[in-house]
Amino acid sequence: MRSTFTLNINDERRTVTAPPRMPMLWVLRDLLALTGTKYGCGIAQCGACTVHLDGKALRSCVLPVGDVGDGHITTIEAVGRTDNGEKVQRAWMEIEVAQCGYCQPGQIMAAVALLNERPAPADFEIDAAMSGNLCRCGTYPRIREAIKLAATGKTDAMRTLVIGPSADSEVKEP
Amino acid sequence: MKSFTKITASLCVVAAVVPIAVVAKNMLSRDPEISAPDIAPSSELIARGEYLTRLADCQACHQVKGGEPFTGGRAFQLPFGTLYSTNITPDPETGIGTWSDDDFVRALHRGVRPNGENLYPAFPYTSYTAISRDDAVAIKSYLFTLKPVQAPAKKNELLFPFNQRWGLALWNGFFLTDRRFKPDPALSSKVNRGDYVANALGHCGECHTPRTLAFNLSDRIYAGASLEGWNAYNITSHKEYGIGAWSDEELKRYLLEGHAPGRGTATGPMGEVVEYSLRHLKADDASALLSYLRTIPPRPEGFVANVKESSMMTAASGSLPVATDVIEPGQRVFERNCASCHGWNGGGVQQKTAALKGLRTIYDPSAANLLQVILHGTESSALPGRSTPMPPFASLSDGEIADLVNFMRRYVGSGGKKIGAGDVADAREYQH
Amino acid sequence: MLRRELLKTGAFCVAFSLASKNRQAFAKSATPADAGNAAFSPNAFIQVLPDGQVRLTIPNVEMGQGIYTSEAAILAEEMDLGLDQVIVDHAPASPERYTMPLQATQLTGGSTSIRGSWDVLRSAGATARLMLINAAASRWSVRPDSCEAKRGVITHIESGRSLDYAMLVDDAQRQSVPDVVPLKDHRRFTIIGKPWQRTDTRDKVLGATRFGIDAQPPGHKCAAVIINPVWHARPRLQNAPLPAGAHEIVALDDCLAVIADDFWTASEVARTLSVEWDYGRCTPFDTAQLRKAMNHAASNAEALTARHDASWSGRTPAESAEYEFPALAHAALEPMNATVACRKDELEIWIGTQAPGRVLDAAHRLTGFPKERIQVHNHYLGGGFGRRVETDQVEQAIRIAMKVDYPVKVIWSRATDIRRDLPRPPFLDRISAALDDDGFPIEWTDHITGCSIFTRFAPQFMREDGVDPDTVDGADNLPYSIPSVHVRWTPFDMPDERPIGWWRGVGPTHNLFRVECFLDELADHAGIDPYLYRARLLQHSPRLLKVLHLAAEKADWHRPLDQGFGRGIAVGKAYESYVCAVVEVDATSTSEIRLTRCVCAVDCGVVINPNTIVAQIEGGLIFGWTAALWGELTYAAGAVEQSNFHDYRLMRMNEVPSIAVHLVESDEHPSGVGELGTAIASPALANAVFNATGFRCRRLPLVPAIAEHVQSNSGGLKQRLDNLVSSFTRQGGEP
Repeated sequence: MRSTFTLNINDERRTVTAPPRMPMLWVLRDLLALTGTKYGCGIAQCGACTVHLDGKALRSCVLPVGDVGDGHITTIEAVGRTDNGEKVQRAWMEIEVAQCGYCQPGQIMAAVALLNERPAPADFEIDAAMSGNLCRCGTYPRIREAIKLAATGKTDAMRTLVIGPSADSEVKEP
Repeated sequence: MKSFTKITASLCVVAAVVPIAVVAKNMLSRDPEISAPDIAPSSELIARGEYLTRLADCQACHQVKGGEPFTGGRAFQLPFGTLYSTNITPDPETGIGTWSDDDFVRALHRGVRPNGENLYPAFPYTSYTAISRDDAVAIKSYLFTLKPVQAPAKKNELLFPFNQRWGLALWNGFFLTDRRFKPDPALSSKVNRGDYVANALGHCGECHTPRTLAFNLSDRIYAGASLEGWNAYNITSHKEYGIGAWSDEELKRYLLEGHAPGRGTATGPMGEVVEYSLRHLKADDASALLSYLRTIPPRPEGFVANVKESSMMTAASGSLPVATDVIEPGQRVFERNCASCHGWNGGGVQQKTAALKGLRTIYDPSAANLLQVILHGTESSALPGRSTPMPPFASLSDGEIADLVNFMRRYVGSGGKKIGAGDVADAREYQH
Repeated sequence: MLRRELLKTGAFCVAFSLASKNRQAFAKSATPADAGNAAFSPNAFIQVLPDGQVRLTIPNVEMGQGIYTSEAAILAEEMDLGLDQVIVDHAPASPERYTMPLQATQLTGGSTSIRGSWDVLRSAGATARLMLINAAASRWSVRPDSCEAKRGVITHIESGRSLDYAMLVDDAQRQSVPDVVPLKDHRRFTIIGKPWQRTDTRDKVLGATRFGIDAQPPGHKCAAVIINPVWHARPRLQNAPLPAGAHEIVALDDCLAVIADDFWTASEVARTLSVEWDYGRCTPFDTAQLRKAMNHAASNAEALTARHDASWSGRTPAESAEYEFPALAHAALEPMNATVACRKDELEIWIGTQAPGRVLDAAHRLTGFPKERIQVHNHYLGGGFGRRVETDQVEQAIRIAMKVDYPVKVIWSRATDIRRDLPRPPFLDRISAALDDDGFPIEWTDHITGCSIFTRFAPQFMREDGVDPDTVDGADNLPYSIPSVHVRWTPFDMPDERPIGWWRGVGPTHNLFRVECFLDELADHAGIDPYLYRARLLQHSPRLLKVLHLAAEKADWHRPLDQGFGRGIAVGKAYESYVCAVVEVDATSTSEIRLTRCVCAVDCGVVINPNTIVAQIEGGLIFGWTAALWGELTYAAGAVEQSNFHDYRLMRMNEVPSIAVHLVESDEHPSGVGELGTAIASPALANAVFNATGFRCRRLPLVPAIAEHVQSNSGGLKQRLDNLVSSFTRQGGEP
């Protein structure tokens, strides 16, 4: 039943022993302790488990480990090492998208994949790429705005002030 | 109203020929073959019976979804009411535990119960009649090894006059050819075996061959038909309307694994056929079946399912659609619920069995199967590439599902007129 | 492994109680452990450590509402610290010590955190600051008011001498707690009112935040639970060999737990396990029966009077309506889970909970272990929404853990999470009004039928007249000037007495909906613009009037809309805050209602962090629209029929309108915002749908009700006949 797989995860070779049907989500979380990728529905309806396979967004909850092969899996833990990943994460912080934060790894992975394909996505493309990702806290307006910020460097949204020694002595209006 | 008239007319015809039919029935009732002592089953016979039971696909009909195998209870929604399959475990009270070999053979060959009652032809005895007595007894031997389960039959809900079982005797008089399979010496033994697997055991025609007004199978063999809200497609060797253009490899994968890339993924009733029956085919039977299917005369009925190269789907990438002037409501449904697995280019994202490209389901102008799959999803299965089934989307409103179907068909460039909320409501009437 | 006090010794510590504004509630102490006595039990602590760090230990739980950052801001403001100099710890579970002021236990919910902590936290911060200044002043032998503090440094203005707070730890500890402490003038705020990035943001973006489900204590195994969606069903496991992959199967009286090395394997085994159920104690009701039972109760069962104005005389109403609300699931994205290690004489729990105190109580009750032998590690919550104030799931996990000798992580599948939810209860509300000559209400009669949550959850909050204050919240405290009001409540129990629970927005979610929609009906009846109609009735509610006008103005209320588009307004007071929402919809398609725009005005008193307030309103609105459009748990044979996001629908990216939130500047006491958007979202939407379509939807959710309305208007019998005929022709057999 179980087979041994050597996987390419976040640019590291990781060997796991698992049934070929076991979804990557649980390989990542339970076998490799990479818990940034989240379980939400198990049927590819919420997107909390989104990872990249060769730069494309996939729902890892329905991706059998046996189908991954030599593909490069990237998770939220390492996506910040890519240009788009870094840009998206920075935008996410700047206008503070997250509330409870549980769905955000999946949202960010989907957003990065979108920017990988479209450096400046139109609204309809944001809808097309992001409507599979649920957020129960309702952070959608900010997700859209953060994607635009990551793509263009510009936003009308309220920017957060980062807490730090210099920030509060001379507070500037955002 | 057209169909009402048709059905009524055919009933009149039946009524007019009652006397002749009665005679015919009497003549048929004495078949020396159905009078042999029960044989003691050997383990070899039981093993053969198990294989034949699978080939005859008994389980799919004789269980409710997720229920105990062979205990029956599955509903068949027909134009004249609802029938329920029965318990064929060897339970003496509610199953077939008291049946003799003769009883079993008589049921398979003539559609008659031990008490003389006629069975409804939803039980495919018009096909099973071609099964040899040996094979029939083998099937029974296997069924008798099952755990007896108490499962009383549900009461059929048929409209008058269809609830009168005696009427079936007349129908049988017309439409039952009580004859075993005879190989055609003009054809290879392989094709003959395929014929037996397809028609006697597999009873493919019961779904794929269109019926006449009197509900018997027409001579338009495998030209495609609809039942319980699903279309069983044209599987003649026609290169455009049928499966003539499918390679042997594609056909084999479809039959044995339920999925042929770019051709089809078996779901709904056909999914069950693969699940319970075809995937168990031995290599030589599979090859025989394939050879036989190639001999079916091409019939240009139904529709052509060519991938439209200029469609929006072909132009899309896996993760993004192309720009359009207006975003249809159906596109929004697709991007909420469908794109994550099927992909904007219909290529399938996580599991290749979720690919849409090339599927007849999305080109069928009636949208029948598309509607049923959306409403009911797919079953979980051990077949390759199906670790996660598609969930049912029946909670979408009729209007949204109509929007989705209309969008998908425009998206893939298939024909068919726009459907409305009413069509979705109709499709919901079928409870699988 | 036992509970370690988070607070170190050798620090200057101000202990105080969020439960009391009394000055006696302040004390200095070296550690929280010796802070309590019979007269004074503090539940929050400010500690100035010798290394200069200032730690605030506080019982609230962070679940996305930004509470840690906001409370740090309040403290930093009054203590003259930089926000970066304050670290907020959430308190370990200890209901005795960390009881929340408005909750009577250690629990975060009901939009109460800031409401409950504002005064006292400011006061505590100012007290600590003053004691530090007094300490510095006495060391320098100068007057305290000749010193000032900034970023944790006290400076004697004339001489320029300065001391860090950290250097004054011992001295401050010897100071007496001052009797009078001035608070900072709002105009001098430098931290409060700024959009600080939340302290939890960075980790959440990097995927480093540990939620309850991410706990992986050494040697733990994972459990998938088989539990029937029908309450009170009991499993009977077939005597079968242990399936491959499973470590063991634990049988409890109401469920089975399959334990394996990973959760997927456990789930796969659970899926294939053959389980027989004993339904002997179950009540197999369905939605139709539930509605009928509520209807029967509303008409026949005894009603309690929640408000009866003396002038109310029961005149014949000119308008009356019945509003119906379904049961609703929480559907937090993180499914319910808990990890528990049960050892010989101690228990350790890893969980994301809104109510660590309740978890501790439950663990104590189940195991009999003394509370100091029970440690609750509270993680971040992947959504709370009221679901995570309950302990049903963790109790199950504890019962499983008590039967095994390793830590076990029990995760509910999404289907179990929805089907075994403790839902927002259904309501059936009847409302009517007698009107004056101008069409304004002179008598208002409101009758609510529905379940009480307090009866089970916290009976001490039931009113003396027997009324559950939550069921009538927003109904018996109408902001409108209506001379005579009569409000009654008929208690109702679910058919099988299954528990129902708190849900984001609580009582006002149905009360505000009904009041605001009915008011719209009255405005329509009177032929008066619904905005102006409300304005006239709010003349004595200046704060509401302000948000009403602000929202209408920003939404360009009087701008005409195209055919098929509609605009709706709703205004209300809830959780001590004031809110008005204007929603615009596009109803030109027969199959969808599209929200196009929302303008929302909010007065929640002093704005502590505008960014988190706006985020809460945006999210709250989306939560409310989700429920209004699609939210409904239906029942068949006693079981919830929905099971996952394909049939329990949540709003998605391509359905969200543009949302503009306008905050009113205010010096008033800050008030709740977490649930405000949810409560106001649905009536504004329903009123917009009426404006667009002329259809007054009185039964939620809207989408099925609208579809039913469209269908019944488009044919009836003829339609059904046509359907019948077409079903025959489709079966005709011709390809």
